[in-house]
Amino acid sequence: MIEARGLSKRFQDKKRGEIRAVDNVSFTCQPGKIYGLLGANGAGKTTTLRMLATILEPTDGTAVVCGYDVVDQPEKVRANVGFLSTATALYPRLSAQELVEYFGRLNGLDEATLKKRVADIFNRLDMNGFRDRRCDKLSTGMKQKTSIARTLVHDPRVMIFDEPTTGLDVMTARSIIEFIRECRNRGKTVIFSTHIMTEVEKLCDTIGIIQSGKLLSEGTLEQLRDKHREQDLEEIFVKVVAPHYVTEEAH
Amino acid sequence: MSARNIGIVYQKELTEALRDRRTLITMFILPLVIFPLLSVGFGSLVAALVGKAEQEKAKVMIIGGEDSPDIVDGLKKLDTIAIVPLEPDWQAQIVNKQLPIVVEIPAGFQKDLADQKLQTVMIHNYEGDVKSEIAKGKVEKFLNKYRDSVVENRLAAKNLPASVLKPFEVKPHNVAPPEKSGAALFFGGFIAYIVVFLCLNGGMHPAMDLTAGEKERGTMETILSSPISRAHLVIGKFLLVLTTALTTAALSVISMGISFTIVNALRATPIQAGREGATLHIGFGAALSVFIMAIPLAVLFSSVLITISTFAKSYKEAQSYIVPLLFIVIIPAIAAMIPTIELNPKLALIPILNVSLLCKELVIGTYHWNYIAIIFISTCIYAAAALFIAVKMFQRESVLFRS
Repeated sequence: MIEARGLSKRFQDKKRGEIRAVDNVSFTCQPGKIYGLLGANGAGKTTTLRMLATILEPTDGTAVVCGYDVVDQPEKVRANVGFLSTATALYPRLSAQELVEYFGRLNGLDEATLKKRVADIFNRLDMNGFRDRRCDKLSTGMKQKTSIARTLVHDPRVMIFDEPTTGLDVMTARSIIEFIRECRNRGKTVIFSTHIMTEVEKLCDTIGIIQSGKLLSEGTLEQLRDKHREQDLEEIFVKVVAPHYVTEEAH
Repeated sequence: MSARNIGIVYQKELTEALRDRRTLITMFILPLVIFPLLSVGFGSLVAALVGKAEQEKAKVMIIGGEDSPDIVDGLKKLDTIAIVPLEPDWQAQIVNKQLPIVVEIPAGFQKDLADQKLQTVMIHNYEGDVKSEIAKGKVEKFLNKYRDSVVENRLAAKNLPASVLKPFEVKPHNVAPPEKSGAALFFGGFIAYIVVFLCLNGGMHPAMDLTAGEKERGTMETILSSPISRAHLVIGKFLLVLTTALTTAALSVISMGISFTIVNALRATPIQAGREGATLHIGFGAALSVFIMAIPLAVLFSSVLITISTFAKSYKEAQSYIVPLLFIVIIPAIAAMIPTIELNPKLALIPILNVSLLCKELVIGTYHWNYIAIIFISTCIYAAAALFIAVKMFQRESVLFRS
């Protein structure tokens, strides 16, 4: 489970002064459910997810992930989280298997468990054909599978996906969507950020619309439709975001 | 502090480094092939070429001398030069390096000599040209001998002993052990310079690759999402940089030692260190001492390299910060080669310069234990401070996610 409580992040910028990348954001993600964070570029999605993954520390507020506080117990949080984004690249000079094993060891797995877990994941994701190939020689699809294997090796209870399909071809993107769905079916808590409406409609149990670092609206797709009196998610999104988007432009 | 986690990071970084061509080149090829070739190989080549020029019979033309057979015959009898007939374009031949020198004997030389009139024998040469200088040296040697014999004859004619012109002799006597004097001192400074330079050079690429390179490739975010603490992560990376720096330094000392031994064995006369003829070599003890002193220095370098590279956003940006650092480091290392700069309590506290000066002493077998202790401890303190800063730097979000 993820519980964000007044999560905030401020950055100092030489030209623009203080920037509130995330401003007092609170939400809850339940196990076996997918929470979709929907927002335009620069809305604060990545910063929010990075705080949940303890890659960044909140300026104010906190979040509890699997019972651990992101500020006080960041290493315990990371041990329970699988984090995947298009920015999380692979080590080019390691083979697919070496890379997955490396992350397994960093997650504290003993050699016997690691061996079993890696064999299992490689079979499940059909990766045995390229297990010894260096990551810099892998195709985009193979790289994506290796990244998935990397996030799964320690069997985390929480999965965080930051715009996981950005820049991927249709087939690879589909396999990622399928993987996210599978994570939910296995009872994991899933949070996922995107700016693609169809992905949200297809996947998410709960949707949070974020703009200028603020969580502007939240609910199931049905709840959002009722609340904003629109059927199309894109229309809902524009309706929610537009007033704040103008402010952002002027800023 | 988890040794297991640091070990996991170190092992992974080592695996990647050993698959990286650039790391392998700086770690193995540079010290084992390029530097011995440059230093010893090039030196021996120059020595061999100069030796060959010395052994060659230099062609010499003579202007005048038709009325002075004694000096001309003397020159002709020299087996180190070959007299060739004078050609009108002799000057052009010297300029074009086809002819090393021309000896010009003034008209009436022999008669004027007998009349005790002052004479000038000219040697036309190409200043700075090795062959011309060697030929000039050979002819000058003969002319000086000839002049001495004239003086001796004149003194003998007046019944005066040779000591009239030379009342006493001056002779230096070196009491310092040959291996610790002369060129050996400079040689020690040179070894220190090589060790300091290669220590830094060996760590440069891995430090940039493991920090700024990771940011650039996008693997930084991947690794930061794993449970390992940032302190453990940066220490694992630091240890890899230290390994490459020390390996490069150690291999360079070993390869230079071996190169000198081989060159000395191949040559009939070993490379001369002092006038007394000590052979340039690095003993095992000296090499080990230099290596031990290089350890804290390598820690210092590795930490500074990691700190700077962590700050950079890309490999290229890291390079632009680190190349100037190379000059900052090399200056004290070069200063240590200046013969008049010697260790003193103040200099013993200046990083890099202190280790370079000490290595210079260690190479020639002098152990100033007080200085060794001061320098080792002070460098360890600087190194620990630099490592502390590197770890702190790696934990700063504003640095890791600088944009």
